[in-house]
Amino acid sequence: MTWDAVKVILIDNLPFLWDGIKLTIFVTFVTLFFGFILGLVLAWLRSFRFKPIKWMALSIINLVRGIPVLIQLFFIYFGLNSFSFIKMEPLTAGMIGITVNAAVYFAEIIRSGIESIDKGQTEAARTLGLSKIKAMRYIILPQAFRRMIPAFMNQVTITLKDTSLLYTIGIAELAQQGFIIVGRTFASFEVWTIIGLVYFVMVYSLTQISNLMERKLKLR
Amino acid sequence: MNVIAMSDVEKSFGELDVLKSVSLTVEEGEVVSIIGPSGSGKSTLLRCLNKLETVSSGTVMVNGQDLKDKHHNINKIRQEIGMVFQHFHLFPHLTVRNNITLAMEKVKDVNKKEANEKAMDLLKKVGLEDKVNAYPSELSGGQKQRIAIARALAMAPKILLFDEPTSALDPETIGEVLDVIKVLADEGMTMVVVTHEMGFAKEVSDRVVFMDEGSIVEVNNPTLLFKNPQNERTKQFLSKVL
Repeated sequence: MTWDAVKVILIDNLPFLWDGIKLTIFVTFVTLFFGFILGLVLAWLRSFRFKPIKWMALSIINLVRGIPVLIQLFFIYFGLNSFSFIKMEPLTAGMIGITVNAAVYFAEIIRSGIESIDKGQTEAARTLGLSKIKAMRYIILPQAFRRMIPAFMNQVTITLKDTSLLYTIGIAELAQQGFIIVGRTFASFEVWTIIGLVYFVMVYSLTQISNLMERKLKLR
Repeated sequence: MNVIAMSDVEKSFGELDVLKSVSLTVEEGEVVSIIGPSGSGKSTLLRCLNKLETVSSGTVMVNGQDLKDKHHNINKIRQEIGMVFQHFHLFPHLTVRNNITLAMEKVKDVNKKEANEKAMDLLKKVGLEDKVNAYPSELSGGQKQRIAIARALAMAPKILLFDEPTSALDPETIGEVLDVIKVLADEGMTMVVVTHEMGFAKEVSDRVVFMDEGSIVEVNNPTLLFKNPQNERTKQFLSKVL
C-alpha cells in the first residue's frame, strides 16, 4: 500500500468515487422504496384465502429467492432485452432486478412479523368493535413493525451490497467506478481497499441506525 | 327482557363437539356465572356470544340481533358487548390511557379531550388513576385486568363477558379484580362470567350455570345450586372444588 496511490485515488479520482457513491445510494433508496411497497403487496396477496392468488404470490417469492441475483439481472437486461419490443436502459433493468429481490424478502419479513403477534391482540381489538382493517392498522402493525426492525434493516444492508452487482450490466455505481479508477491508476490493492471501506462505512452506519431505532422503539 | 338468547347452539371444531344443544337466556341486569371442569365448553359458549366463534348450528340473539344475520354489522354489535380475557390482552405498545381511549376515538369518533376525560373517570372507578401514563408491562396482573375492564367499559357496552378473569392472577390480586366486578354487578350491568371462583359465583351471581362435556347440566340460583345440586355430575364437581 503506497500512500501516494491512496492520495491519487482520494484526490485526483474523487469525482469518480463520489459519483459512484451517489449512484449506489440513489439505487439503494429507490429499490428499497419500491421493494417495500411491492413487499407489502406480496405479503398481503400471500395471506389471501383464495388459493390461486396465494399460490401466485408464493410462486413469485420462491422463484425469486431460488435464483441468484446476478442471473436475474442478466435475465432481465440481456434476456428480456433480446426481444425487439423491449428496450430497457441498464439502470431500469438493474433497479427492477434489485427491487424484486428486496420485495420478496420484505414480504417474508412482514408476514412473519405480523404472524408473531399474539392472536389475543386481534381478538381484544375486534371485541372493542374495531374492524379488521383498523385492528391491523392500530394494533397489529405498530407492534409487528417494531419486531421487524432487525430483519428489515438486515435486508436493507443486503440490498445495498447487492447493488454492487449492477456493475456487470454497465451501471456506473461504486464498484464500476472502482474498475475505472483502477484503469487510471493501476493501484488495484489501494482502490479495492478504499471501495471496500466505503461500503463498510455505509453498511455499518445503517446497522447503528437500526440498533438505535430498536432501542428507541422497544416494546415496553 | 332477554339481552342474550341462545337456542340449540351446537359448535364443533372438526370432529370435536364442543357445544351440544346449548340453550341459555340472560336478562337485562342479570349476572350469570358459568362453572364447570376444564374443556366443558364454558369459554367457547362465551366466545359464541360476540362471534369470536361462529356457531355450527342454532341461533344466538344478542340485544335483539341474530348473530347469524349477515346484514348486521358485527363491529356495531360488538361495541355493545365488552369482553375481558383471562390473559388481559392489553395493547403493549400503548399507554394505559391510550388502551382505554383507542376504540372510543377510532370506532366511535369521540374527540380526544372527551375520550381522555372518560378514561380518567374509568380509571378512578377501577382505582388506578395514577397509572394513566404507564405501559401495560409496568403493571401487576391484577392492575392489568382492572385496566382491561376499564377498556371494555369505555365503549359503554350493554353486556360484559368475562372469560376466567382471575385465572391468570396471583391469589393476592384476585380480590381487587373481583371487587371491581362486584361494583359493576351492583350497578346493574348485565354480565356473563366464566369462572373458577366458586365463592365469587355464589356471592355475585343471580344464576349459576354448570356445564360439563359441552352441555348445560344444571342452572339455578347460586344458593340452591351450591347447597342442593340436583344432578349427580354437579354434585361430583362441587364436592371436589368447594
